[in-house]
Amino acid sequence: MKMTKLAATLAATMLASAPVLADTLHFPNLSYRTGPFAAGGIPFADGYADYFTLINERDGGIGGVPIRYTECETAYNTERGVECYQSIRGDNPLVIQPLSTGITYQLIPRTMEDGIPMHTMGYGRTSAVNGEVFNWTFNYPANYWDGASVIINYLLSENDGSLDGKKIALLYHNSAYGREPIPTLTRLSERYGYELLTIGVDSPGQEQGSQWLQIRRERPDYVLMWGWGVMNPTAIQEAANIRFPMENFIGVWWSGSQQDVLPVGAGAHGYKALAMHGTGTDYPIYEDLMRYVIEPGKYAGTGDEVGTVLYSRGMYAAMLAVEAAKKAQEIHGVANITPQMMRDGMANLEITEELMAELGLPNFGPAFSVACENHGGSGEAMIQQWDANAGEWNLITDWIAPDREMIMQMAMEDSLAFAAENNMTPACLN
Amino acid sequence: MLYREAGDFKTSYVADSQTFPIKFDRYGYYFLLGFAFLVVPLIINDYWANAIVVPFLIYTIAALGLNILIGYCGQLSLGTGAFMAVGAYASYKMMTGFPDLSIIFVIILAGFVTAAVGVLFGLPSLRIKGFYLAVATLAAQFFLIWLFTRQAWFYNYSPTGMISAPTREVFGVPVTGPRASAVSMYMICLCFLVSLAWLARNLTRGTLGRQWMAIRDMDIAAEIIGVNPLMAKLTAFAVSSFFIGISGALLFTVYLGAAEAGEAFGIDKSFLVLFMVIIGGLGSIFGAFAGAAFLIVGPVLLKLLLVNTLGWPTDLAAHLEIMIIGALILVFLILEPHGIAALWRTIKQKLRLWPFPY
Repeated sequence: MKMTKLAATLAATMLASAPVLADTLHFPNLSYRTGPFAAGGIPFADGYADYFTLINERDGGIGGVPIRYTECETAYNTERGVECYQSIRGDNPLVIQPLSTGITYQLIPRTMEDGIPMHTMGYGRTSAVNGEVFNWTFNYPANYWDGASVIINYLLSENDGSLDGKKIALLYHNSAYGREPIPTLTRLSERYGYELLTIGVDSPGQEQGSQWLQIRRERPDYVLMWGWGVMNPTAIQEAANIRFPMENFIGVWWSGSQQDVLPVGAGAHGYKALAMHGTGTDYPIYEDLMRYVIEPGKYAGTGDEVGTVLYSRGMYAAMLAVEAAKKAQEIHGVANITPQMMRDGMANLEITEELMAELGLPNFGPAFSVACENHGGSGEAMIQQWDANAGEWNLITDWIAPDREMIMQMAMEDSLAFAAENNMTPACLN
Repeated sequence: MLYREAGDFKTSYVADSQTFPIKFDRYGYYFLLGFAFLVVPLIINDYWANAIVVPFLIYTIAALGLNILIGYCGQLSLGTGAFMAVGAYASYKMMTGFPDLSIIFVIILAGFVTAAVGVLFGLPSLRIKGFYLAVATLAAQFFLIWLFTRQAWFYNYSPTGMISAPTREVFGVPVTGPRASAVSMYMICLCFLVSLAWLARNLTRGTLGRQWMAIRDMDIAAEIIGVNPLMAKLTAFAVSSFFIGISGALLFTVYLGAAEAGEAFGIDKSFLVLFMVIIGGLGSIFGAFAGAAFLIVGPVLLKLLLVNTLGWPTDLAAHLEIMIIGALILVFLILEPHGIAALWRTIKQKLRLWPFPY
């Protein structure tokens, strides 16, 4: 009896608190600050939130319309992700960023149906680069297949252009996320003649004893890692334990942040990872960020993540969202844009080096432009290496381009198969 | 005063052994059915259907299934998540293999496939009991999930290992896939739940149910009075897995739309359903409903209260949610070790005497 009364009160409060806020731009964030992947989720969410706060505080919003930022906790769990999506979809969300490949796969058909754009930056379904099929999904500036190809291109340059007879192991999170690069690496292995060894680690990934035993036995020349959350420091620790040469251990961009290497201490020295953007606080934007967000105490979370790799990534994601919103305002000539208009802004986004410098982030990310045929940007990435003594990531290469021709061809096959399964005719919107 | 047997005369054995012998209960039940079938579809919105009601209905089916096994037959199982995965993958293979087969049959057949798998993993129950059986079913959990994540045939060789449900229609209305409306999803889950709950109620009070309960209470004594333990235990595993398979199939096709064995049907799902059964009340149909409501609807309502109404930070709310639900579980188990169903029985007992208790 008491329970039903309580439920009734709750229901009443929920109905009463339905948001009726006009004249704001709603940017939701499906974040995860709890659960086994919180170590990665917190800095990303903080960076994402802080950039929107900066835009509101410094510029008074985008084109004069203030940003309304909301968060919904998913704990990296797909069911809660769906719940979060349902709770915001009626509230004019301009762009959905779930920061989880599993949730992305759930939401792709739903966002297509609802007409809400989704941006999966450096994760999600790779074949969404084909905007003729995935009209509402964007994955610029780079995706997993780009990442895999960039690593192989980097290794090629390290080995004078030949990987013939080399053995490369892929240590992956055994989920949709970790399995994404396998097709690319398999196809590249046929071309370059290296032997590919795929080793899965079950989620969340604290147990890797048998996997590293296998690596020790097989003696691969290189180990690539597609890990996330607690799996990353565990793998780096295991590699240090078996004295695997760290400079031959390369992670994807989700396996290359401070949280992953710091727990291992000196043993992590020399570990490499992909970088899809710059990191650290040596960018002019941090002056504004300090003045408008950090010092007045308006930061998200505890404020101690500023300048870390994943914080930078969250900030980058927010920056791209804001630029897309500006583009949408420019195209449609209205300040208060809808999700449909936002999509047009994203589909015509153009990031130049001048624009990046103007925003206070010179050389932070690659210059790229989005088009209907290519929702994936340039796909370029850099390699960064961890210096355990100085406690910082150093970029050791310039932008490396992936084998885009092959990736686009593979993405075309995969996306057309999706279109056929769902009885869709590929076509550009507009 | 209102809630009493007195004056409600039964003139046949059938009337005497009905599920709701008290008039007030009976009318309450009819009213609830009418409300669920006729009123809720008119007022339900997408958020309520997708976030609260549909998962509640689906998990209730799973809790009913596990309750048959643990509550009625006394066989401890920790393989619920894997059996749900069997239902999900069976429905996926059938949906993609036979695109013209009606989704209703797909879900029912997925239930039968799961029943077969359940019987297979129930075989050890003939030799081992209690906690040892729980460990044996744990093996099912790990083996089946391994099978579904490593054997590419089960996910049709998709590069990511995700399975996704194509759109299927019932009477021309899509019930799965992104085009399915809240009402159609709600209605299909409700129809399955009501018919399965009716089936469970009638199975458990018939010959089969009495055999299960005899085995649960003391298997040697049951054998002496003529209950065949082989039949009783394996039918319990079969019926229980049938229910769980249907709930897994509904969870994947109707609710999630895309799933991955390790993430959606892991060991935590087994524990979630087990907790529903324990908190709701072992050996009670109502308990399955109450347990599922407590563990599915409770956290969402708490989240709505803390985040949407009070405006607290999401991480704080998520941590508090875990603490509050945990504390409530403890409180319930201390105050009423036999679950919410026993609490409900006490309330009914008190109501019978109200307002003149002696």
